[in-house]
Amino acid sequence: MRKIWIMIVLLIIGVSSHAQDMTALVLKVKEKLDQVNDYEAEGRMKTDVAFIKAPIGKVKVYFRKPDRFRLKKDGGISLLPKGGVSVNIGSLVATQNFMALGAGEAVVDGIATKVVKLLPSDENSDVVLTTMYIDEANLLVRKAVTTTKENGTYEVQMSYGKFAQYGLPDKVIFSFNTKNYKLPKGLTLEFDDNEKPATEAEKLKNRKGRVEIRYTNYTINKGLPDSVFK
Amino acid sequence: MFSLIQIETYKIFRRPRTYIAFAAITSLIVLIQFGLKVDGKSYLDFMLNDLSTTLQIEGNIMNGYLVCYVMLQLLLVHVPLLIALIAADMISGEANMGTLRLLLTKPFSRTQLMLSKFIASTIYTLLLLIWLAFLALFVSMWIFGTDDMFLMKSSYVVLLKENDVFWRYIGAFVFAALAMTTVAALGFLLSVFAENSIGPIVATMSVIIFFTILSTLNIPIFNTVKPYLFTTHMISWKEFFDIQVNDANEAINGSIQNLPKILQSAAILLIHIVVFVWAAIWVFRKKDILS
Repeated sequence: MRKIWIMIVLLIIGVSSHAQDMTALVLKVKEKLDQVNDYEAEGRMKTDVAFIKAPIGKVKVYFRKPDRFRLKKDGGISLLPKGGVSVNIGSLVATQNFMALGAGEAVVDGIATKVVKLLPSDENSDVVLTTMYIDEANLLVRKAVTTTKENGTYEVQMSYGKFAQYGLPDKVIFSFNTKNYKLPKGLTLEFDDNEKPATEAEKLKNRKGRVEIRYTNYTINKGLPDSVFK
Repeated sequence: MFSLIQIETYKIFRRPRTYIAFAAITSLIVLIQFGLKVDGKSYLDFMLNDLSTTLQIEGNIMNGYLVCYVMLQLLLVHVPLLIALIAADMISGEANMGTLRLLLTKPFSRTQLMLSKFIASTIYTLLLLIWLAFLALFVSMWIFGTDDMFLMKSSYVVLLKENDVFWRYIGAFVFAALAMTTVAALGFLLSVFAENSIGPIVATMSVIIFFTILSTLNIPIFNTVKPYLFTTHMISWKEFFDIQVNDANEAINGSIQNLPKILQSAAILLIHIVVFVWAAIWVFRKKDILS
């Protein structure tokens, strides 16, 4: 019986120390991201959703600590997945109130990463769980899978380049689940049979929606007016 | 021949009924523009209801380009009825007034007279469309502004860049002109067979309504007939607003999804015009004019 108790205590100590390690790692990542108070980035956005035919458009992205984020298409209509605010990884680790649990290791784009489960302490948080794939050597988040109460689960995958020292990605791929889109023909006043062939429609049906942003330039810590976030 | 066309055009525009179509189009467009300006958001919310559960859509969606598209969808089905008012009256109207025999005493051949009358009714049709384009497109652009065009089709959504829209409207209106000229040609043909205006006008309207209903009915048994109805091809102007995508699902600016369909429909409509006008001239040349 005593042995069992010792084992349980050791297990608890082991798990809590592991979780503590992960919190430290997340805080290190946060510290790196904290170098950036605000940024303005220019990029090109590609919307890849089976039922949307959209061209690549230029976008401007604005961020200010802790979690103000705005994506504006350069003159035009933008389509973003709900919960698109979290395209920015900074807002994922913006809060101090989380519990970080280690969940092993994984390889993302050929890079070894630590898998960290982030559980927000705030019961009212829209985010239920975030799984982060952290490149420990460079303190970069390579991938994050977030489950929310309102907007389902989405995945953000990041590639880094020139601005890796600030923890800012050159490319962000945002994946999300899409519902099958259908409007009654009486509403669209389309009575001719010009739908996509069934095989193609079937092929596309179960695909995830993707929004890809390639950043071409960042302007960091130059200050941003409130008006850009409106 | 030119003076004959001038005279026939003058005769069309002297009649008060000619302006009914212009007045009807003006009032309808103004009404729709007013409705969309005042309560366009509710209309959009309703249309975007399904989409907005997964996507956040930002920008001036209810802009002049979309408003014009909505109006063309509604109006281009009904404008043929207004065209029939004039085109189906071209010969029968003269017969009804007893001026046809007198007209044929002039030093013009029957073919020349028929061609000039058809050209005059085509001029009326084109002016009506230009008026429609001015109100539906240019006035809407002025009232609602311009932006990308966000088009909701029944099974997919098309986003056209602002600088990729205007030329599509030029194409759509040129196509619509061809479609409306087909209606004018049909009305013109039917007007040869009657001695009063009401018959050919109602007959033209009936043919258009009947064929349009057949074209729009989604019952498999009628699908074999649809390609042979000119009303099926009249709505191909919408194809100008569909865009091709590459293998990566990126829309290709300046492309048209189904250009062969547009060209095929245009060719079919053109053949209809030629056949209708030729038949009208052929019948008229053989006809014993008694009125």
